[in-house]
Amino acid sequence: MSSGTLYDKVWDLHSVADLPGGPTQLLIGLHLIHEVTSPQAFAALDDKGLPVRCPERTVATVDHIVPTTSQARPFADSLAEEMLSTLERNCARHGITLYGLGSGRQGIVHVIAPELGLTQPGMTVACGDSHTSTHGAFGAIAFGIGTSQVRDVLASQSLAMNKLKVRRLWFDNRLSPGVFAKDLILHVIRTLGVKAGVGHAYEFAGPAIEALSMEERMTLCNMAIEGGARCGYVNPDQVTFDYLAGRPEAPEGEAWDRAVQWWRSLASDADARFDDEVRFDAAAIAPIVTWGITPGQGIGVDETVPTTEQMDPADRPIAEEAYRYMDLAPGSAIAGVPVDVCFIGSCTNGRLSDLQAAADVARGRQVADGIKAFVVPGSEQVARAAEAEGLDQVFRAAGFDWREPGCSMCLAMNPDRLEGRQISASSSNRNFKGRQGSATGRTLLMSPAMVAAAAIHGAVTDVRNLAPADG
Amino acid sequence: MTQSGPFPQGTITSVNGRAFALRGDDIDTDRIIPARFLKCVSFDALGSQAFADDRQELAGDHPFDQAAHVGASILVVNGNFGCGSSREHAPQALMRWGIRALVGVSFAEIFHGNCLALGIPCATASSDQIKQLQAAVSADAMASWSLDLQTCRCRSEAAGEWAVGFESGALEMLLSGRWDATSQLVARDAELKQTMAALPYLNGF
Repeated sequence: MSSGTLYDKVWDLHSVADLPGGPTQLLIGLHLIHEVTSPQAFAALDDKGLPVRCPERTVATVDHIVPTTSQARPFADSLAEEMLSTLERNCARHGITLYGLGSGRQGIVHVIAPELGLTQPGMTVACGDSHTSTHGAFGAIAFGIGTSQVRDVLASQSLAMNKLKVRRLWFDNRLSPGVFAKDLILHVIRTLGVKAGVGHAYEFAGPAIEALSMEERMTLCNMAIEGGARCGYVNPDQVTFDYLAGRPEAPEGEAWDRAVQWWRSLASDADARFDDEVRFDAAAIAPIVTWGITPGQGIGVDETVPTTEQMDPADRPIAEEAYRYMDLAPGSAIAGVPVDVCFIGSCTNGRLSDLQAAADVARGRQVADGIKAFVVPGSEQVARAAEAEGLDQVFRAAGFDWREPGCSMCLAMNPDRLEGRQISASSSNRNFKGRQGSATGRTLLMSPAMVAAAAIHGAVTDVRNLAPADG
Repeated sequence: MTQSGPFPQGTITSVNGRAFALRGDDIDTDRIIPARFLKCVSFDALGSQAFADDRQELAGDHPFDQAAHVGASILVVNGNFGCGSSREHAPQALMRWGIRALVGVSFAEIFHGNCLALGIPCATASSDQIKQLQAAVSADAMASWSLDLQTCRCRSEAAGEWAVGFESGALEMLLSGRWDATSQLVARDAELKQTMAALPYLNGF
């Protein structure tokens, strides 16, 4: 059993009571809500005649269903309009802060909470969205939950949870140039598999993790869930504190000093015990591209699609399903696979540094003929910061569309979606069958820089090998 | 086609009815209920939309389209069922289609929690045992099965009996009828206040 880890400390600090049968009632310090998974929770609250327990610890935004071309109201999609107006009504009725369209603070929930300083070390965070694991980048323990649990958190500011095991993933050395946090986590998932994390929290640690920026750490923790882990986290350090300093919801003055002292004390102890540990060499990781229909079906961009002989027998049936669905032959190279659509954005890779990395590739180059390429900033703040640097102009000059913030084509609950058998190079997090809005559409996951390189060449391209741009 | 009896309530000691297999590892919640069906403010219509894209692809050959499976209560799946998105719409769709219990090799964590919140037991057994059980339920789609939470057995008169496991906290909550957590959580507000009072970030550090 683990002891002395950040997870253990945060768990103990938030444990309210032992519930009959074994679960713990765990206090939730920050509850984030959005339009898709909250309406039924509010309705259930009404049915039970319960108020929202801590509206001041609940923050809402709108992201999944918003169009990214025009965000004028009412939306053309009446169902989307109904979901947004339902959220507005519920927030107004219960006194919950809603960062709506045009507020200057709207965006993907996992982008805005960190950038506002809402997410802080040592918190428990819950949200009706599996990528809530993102907030673990701050040394918070953050859980994706379903709608009934959203109802529970609204009603009681707590959840019935079982304690997880803690697995430390240790990364020696540093990532190589052209290799990003996205590649690191895709490498973890392809190595350990999509179910290895079930029952676990993942602690990401080691020199390669300490060298990551906060935004890279968010990418990393974001996809812990794709490896089956309920949450992932990085111990808070000076990088964390530097990111938080001066953010709207961060403490100030003497409270800041006390906060930093407390945050430091929460990091896993030097002699902490983990349930197990896996070690990686970050320097050996190449840019990863997925070839299949689970995030675990990834390979280095310089590798070939694995044959069934190369894999564990248990992995063969889903590999065979993936060959058929993706129309990629075992043994074939992934580099050079033509793409139709290139999407840069999402809660995984829609932050400023992601757009900067993609813009560095796009600058002075042109999107290949026939490719639809677009960039969706993760939030209004990201969009304004990128525009201030002229990144929108870089993208537009290269032939990318520059859009308004939202979840966009990560999950296609809005007008952005694949058509028919189109294949996308996508900086999002899931390559499941049908994920991007077409029942036969295909997704290749990769880093934003790799997506930009694919857009320029019209095919999967090793971003490390790009010839210098013209001009 | 949806033929759904009353939703789970109170203590859940067994689930009885017909059973069928849905084969495949890593069946994610986007497949169980594609995202476009999440554009709703109530779960009511989800039953008929379960596995919509997979069913269309198989043009009538999907297990959820077999006439003999309509009205069945127990679904036998493989590993990591329900991975991916946290959407409760997935178990809601299964429940509204008629499923009242799942048996499989393993379940993704958030999906399992969502099932528990709806009173849907998720039983597990080894990969080999599940393959046997899937063969047994497929051999006679009209057979009556019972998933007994008290004895941890899945059995049918004709085909035999399989030992299954449950996550211990979940089993206790289902057997005691305390799987609907809200009332328990609301009841401990005094303890909640104590926990809050001791947390630096809720008290100006």
